[in-house]
Amino acid sequence: MTEPTPAATSGPAAEPGTPLLEARNLAKRYGHVRALDGASFEVFPAEVVALIGDNGAGKSTLVKILSGATRPDGGQILVEGRPVQLASPLDARKYGIETVYQDLALAPDLDAAANLHLGREIYLIPFLRVLNKAEMRRRAVVAFKDLGVELPDVSAPVGTLSGGQRQSVAVARAVAYASKVIFMDEPTAALGVVQRGRVLDNIRRVRDQGISVVLISHNMPEVLAVADRVEVLRLGRRVARYRASETTIDQLVGAMTGALDIADPKDLS
Amino acid sequence: MSDTGAVQTGQRDSSPGPRDDSRDVASRRLLRRLVTGNVTWVFLALIIEMAYFTAAAPGKFLTANDLSLISQTAAPFLLMAIGQTFVIITAGIDLSVGFVLVLSGVVAGEYYLSHGAANASTGTIWIGAVIGLAVGAGWGLLQGILVAWAKIPPLIATLAGLGGAEGISYLITGGSDLRVVPNKLVSSIGTGGIFGIQWLIVISFAATLIFGLVLTYTQFGRYTFAIGSNPDAAARAGIRVNRHLLKVYALSGLLSGLAGVLDLGYFGTTTISGHSLDNLTVITAVVLGGASLFGGRGSMVGTLIGVYIPAMLATGLIIVGVNQYWQYVLTGAVLAAAVYLDQFRRRLRERL
Repeated sequence: MTEPTPAATSGPAAEPGTPLLEARNLAKRYGHVRALDGASFEVFPAEVVALIGDNGAGKSTLVKILSGATRPDGGQILVEGRPVQLASPLDARKYGIETVYQDLALAPDLDAAANLHLGREIYLIPFLRVLNKAEMRRRAVVAFKDLGVELPDVSAPVGTLSGGQRQSVAVARAVAYASKVIFMDEPTAALGVVQRGRVLDNIRRVRDQGISVVLISHNMPEVLAVADRVEVLRLGRRVARYRASETTIDQLVGAMTGALDIADPKDLS
Repeated sequence: MSDTGAVQTGQRDSSPGPRDDSRDVASRRLLRRLVTGNVTWVFLALIIEMAYFTAAAPGKFLTANDLSLISQTAAPFLLMAIGQTFVIITAGIDLSVGFVLVLSGVVAGEYYLSHGAANASTGTIWIGAVIGLAVGAGWGLLQGILVAWAKIPPLIATLAGLGGAEGISYLITGGSDLRVVPNKLVSSIGTGGIFGIQWLIVISFAATLIFGLVLTYTQFGRYTFAIGSNPDAAARAGIRVNRHLLKVYALSGLLSGLAGVLDLGYFGTTTISGHSLDNLTVITAVVLGGASLFGGRGSMVGTLIGVYIPAMLATGLIIVGVNQYWQYVLTGAVLAAAVYLDQFRRRLRERL
């Protein structure tokens, strides 16, 4: 099975120029396990791209590499066409890449404003590292408002918030700092139906602000509802790419499981 | 699954959700404040305690002299409790405080002994004090390395540190206390003061104020809470968790060292054997003050009150003529209640 040719040239709806973020032939092994085996992945400006695959397909490894948490054994990462090294999550952040982790990575005893600025505090007296709490709270309120999120109380410990609210705090934090791409790892896995809808709204709103979202999800209807494009990983490599509007759940599942043979590049977009 | 007051999508429904949402949120917030306002509870306990003893022994309890004596006795504990507060908020524990106090006092005392003994100059006293502080900070740093880099659980790392500090103290002194302390140190720390307030009290309260501000208003305090609350999240946010833990344990050691030097001046001797239960007293105070052993929560005001509740209890019981050993029984009961309350609040928070 060969790697499909880049969408930029072969896609039916021509992609807008160079990808914002691109992974080329990434390889990563853990002992005898080949988590990634020449995986490629592209994110174009202001799109929601879903990254799907069965368990063990290499999704989380790919996300870890692209968010700087893990280093690949081989392959290339390009941001706006330029090769970059992502040695740590801080490196990824420098390039405008943020990640909303599945566990949200919030400190439950700190309030929403503190979590939003965690590691990026604003200071009243920089020399003494005295926090400017009022300014951080003000910016937090603005950040939540920009996202269309309403929190009952920005100064309540996030541990006291509902699952959906916590999720929005994590998303708002990513949006506040991401200039290019946000990775969202199974953002709806722990949520109820109503909250899922809100998260999907969040994702669309982020895209409408011009930031691309990479959605990692198991939920196919959800993927088709919110994504513009879908890239499918299987056994550590990309096996298919679809426009969400032109594909079906059966097709996606087929590509994920290998039931559908995608040797014919016409199936790919 | 109800999700009242959750994320409301402003664009889609311009009305701010169902009416009873806001009332629900407000009452929930009130409930949360009431239940989680731990410092209020402990403060109330302190007030009741003071009121009881004042009523039981009118004119005897809480005289200026009394209060001064209580505060002087409490000063070393308060200093150690300040550091312990930071440690406990990171979800750690420091069992070594009492013997770091002893070790610092012994090393400073040895220095004085070999540099003029009772007649040591003011300069010598300062140098000895700095040495005592450095020993405390160094010992704390060592324990921090065990906790942060060697990943030894804090309970064990500081238990090992306790043993080491105790052993070295005995090795240095040969088992008997140093009884020669510079006169100037005793006359300043032991009896002297400023505006009629003893130095011990001034120093311990100044430290409480300063580190209370550090805890609440600076990056250092914020990271301390963040690490105790969710170390992974802190690390992913770019906080250098290990380095911060080193600083926190070093701070605890430093303040124990300060307590050691002050203790030396106050008692005029090293009192090696008198500090084996300091750690429990200090941890009790911090936990009474609302800090959570699970990390992420605590306050300096709470710790201050937590130090004073048992201290006043001890004096109060003596004054009303009750066997003072009831102090330990009562403190134990209050401690158990405080921790139960903390766990209860945690469970409640999950549900709120």
